[in-house]
Amino acid sequence: MSEVAAAHLEVEPQESPLTPESWGKLGMWLFLAGDAMSFGCLIVGYGILRHASNNWPVPKDVLGINLTAFMTFLLIISSVWMVLALEAIQVNNKARFNKFLGLTILGGAMFLGCQAYEWTHLLGHRLPELGISFSSSLFASTFFILTGFHGMHVTGGVIYNTSVLAAVNRGRYQAKHVEIAGLYWHFVDLVWILIFTFVYLL
Amino acid sequence: MSSTTHSSAQYIKIFYILLVLTIIEVAIVYLGLPKMLLAALLVSFAVWKAALVAMHFMHLKFEKRTLAVVALVPFVLCVFLILMLMPDIFPH
Repeated sequence: MSEVAAAHLEVEPQESPLTPESWGKLGMWLFLAGDAMSFGCLIVGYGILRHASNNWPVPKDVLGINLTAFMTFLLIISSVWMVLALEAIQVNNKARFNKFLGLTILGGAMFLGCQAYEWTHLLGHRLPELGISFSSSLFASTFFILTGFHGMHVTGGVIYNTSVLAAVNRGRYQAKHVEIAGLYWHFVDLVWILIFTFVYLL
Repeated sequence: MSSTTHSSAQYIKIFYILLVLTIIEVAIVYLGLPKMLLAALLVSFAVWKAALVAMHFMHLKFEKRTLAVVALVPFVLCVFLILMLMPDIFPH
């Protein structure tokens, strides 16, 4: 790394009234705002297609609400584990941090496992039984785009959290980096809360 | 960052609220309520839960205004998006 780049890592830019507490945090928030627009456009598009369609199935008759309620529970509790991990690293309790971030990652991985099961079941059994095909039904295509886009975010989050866990243990990351990773993870949880309501329950 | 503003106990409390709201959401789907009432209830519960996550887990409640402004932008733009699409949604 060049000396200039190293100096930039050490020195935070000068304060102004708009200067946030942390530039990394502001950067993550800006990314999340953009990402929220991606999800926003998909959800609004979903709403319009559903409104314009006259043979939209009742989601709870096609999809498994109980499994996805459990998946919601997994993401919510892994969000709680994430804040507990952050709290532990802020007081430098490495053992507690490792335990809770490990649990967070496990929660995310279990969510993905449930989603893989759900997709396999829908594509292999449920949708063919109902005569709904992936390629010709708006219900199916909007469902797979929305949950798939979110599932990719969970996959990214699991990889992100795992690399943060490794970097903290090698002494390269501190509490502020964990907080930024936490923002991403809670955002993924927040979006799922909306998808669960709009796609599964409504 | 002080430990008085958000503590483990507070996080666990938020977790239970989120859990109870989710259970209520799933339960009312099976009640067979009128469609509009059900939609209104579900959307309010979802927004309530999303706000709890943003305020407490993402610490928005304890941050400078700058981040809150950033967080609000996508919601304003989404409302704008829906308004712009109104002629397509209700063509008459």
